[in-house]
Parts: sequence; C-alpha cells; structure tokens
Amino acid sequence: MMRDMKMRAQLKGGITEVKALISHPMETGRRKNDLDETIPAHFIQLLTATLNGKPVLEAQWGTGISKNPYLTFYLRDAKVGDTVRITWHDNRGESGHGEIAVTQG
Amino acid sequence: MSKPVWNMQRRSFLQLMLGAGVALLLTPLHALAAIWNKAAFEATTKSEAVKGLEVPAETPSQEIEILAPDFAENGAVVQVEVRSRIAGTEAIAILVDKNPTPLIANFMFSNGAEPAVVTRIKMAETSNVQVIVKAGDQYFSAMKLVEVSLSGC
Repeated sequence: MMRDMKMRAQLKGGITEVKALISHPMETGRRKNDLDETIPAHFIQLLTATLNGKPVLEAQWGTGISKNPYLTFYLRDAKVGDTVRITWHDNRGESGHGEIAVTQG
Repeated sequence: MSKPVWNMQRRSFLQLMLGAGVALLLTPLHALAAIWNKAAFEATTKSEAVKGLEVPAETPSQEIEILAPDFAENGAVVQVEVRSRIAGTEAIAILVDKNPTPLIANFMFSNGAEPAVVTRIKMAETSNVQVIVKAGDQYFSAMKLVEVSLSGC
C-alpha cells in the first residue's frame, strides 16, 4: 500500500529545519472496532533520516506516536540543494520513504 | 529450437527475480527485528521500559527542555518538543508514565543533527512526560506534567 509523506527542509539562520508528516494508522493493538473485535497493532517501529546519504537520525517508535506521525528535526551541516531522505518500516513489514531538497527559508 | 532456450532463460530470470524479491521482503523485517527494542517498547511499566533501554541511573537535569501543553484536551494528539543542551547528547527517549506501554520513542542523532525533536504523542491520562537523554555513558532526565481530559489510547 502506498502511503504519503509530506516533507519540507528549510535552511533558517544556519540550521535546517526538517518537517515530515507521514500517513499511517499507528494502531496500538488495544482498540476495538464496532463489532468489538480487536484491531491488530499496526505501527511504525523504525524511522531513519539521511542527509546526502549519511545517517543523521534514527528513531525507534512504539505505539504511542499519534496517528499520521508528525516529526521535526534540525540539521547543522545541510546546505541549500542537499537531499534529506526519510525511510520508515512498520511492524507488518510495510515501508515508505520521502525525499526533499533543502531550500532557503 | 530456440524457444525452449528462451523459455529456460525466462524461467531462470523469473526465479532470480522472485528470489531477489523474497530477499528484499525478508531483509528489512529481519534487520528490523534485530534493531527494534522489543523489551523496552512492550514494557508495561516505566521502570521496566527504562531497564529495557539499559539506563543504569539517570540524573535530573535543567539542561533538557520539554515544551508540551499544561492541559491537553485530546490525549490522542499531544505535541511535544524536546531539546537537550547537554554536550555530547546522542539520544533522546520520550516516556509517558501512565500509558499502557510507557516508552513512546527513542531518537538517536548523528552527523550534525541537533539533539532536538518535535513530535505528537498519545496520552491515556494525566501523566508526567519523561525525557531521558543519553550522553556518552551518562543519562539525564527531565519531566513535565500534562493534564489530559480525553484519553488517547
């Protein structure tokens, strides 16, 4: 299944602010549907970010990250035109990624 | 006469593709299973989660900034901003004491990433949001109380 990721990377005063909004249900495995059946857990477990291919952030997540995860992080060494890439993997083996070039903020 | 050969080549190519596909499907799962800290994330108490993160002891620190609302109407989406001013910060873990599984996330920074993060978390009820910072062999912590009206778990 294709899942959307919205990304932005803006250089502001020497620091690049990277924002990402990922479309994902982040089901805890504790919720019930209308038929009182447990909705199976479905959540992102690992998220990595790279700057021009070099790792800058590695995150492990549990079920406590909100649905459609939002994330901001900051990079010191990024320049305008550099590539920031985010990849995630969830507990069902699905994955997704997004890529964006750094722009002047 | 050439057809069987073509067929054979096609089959072996398909088998190769299938093999590669299976390998691609399996690799991330195996790698993921090895990386993801199951013990810490599935722990149902904060002390177990902290043990799972292999934190021997944490020192309270004023150099960790937690920006979160005092009151959150909807526990399903609580925005939390964390910033560490501790030199050599490598990782920031976020925990919610009273969630069914307290460990929310663990962020590891490298190659010029600032030790700061903004994310949105779920909160089951009014609870402290605790942050644990790893800097070398040392661990530091800070917390902030967030009052929750509507459970988000």
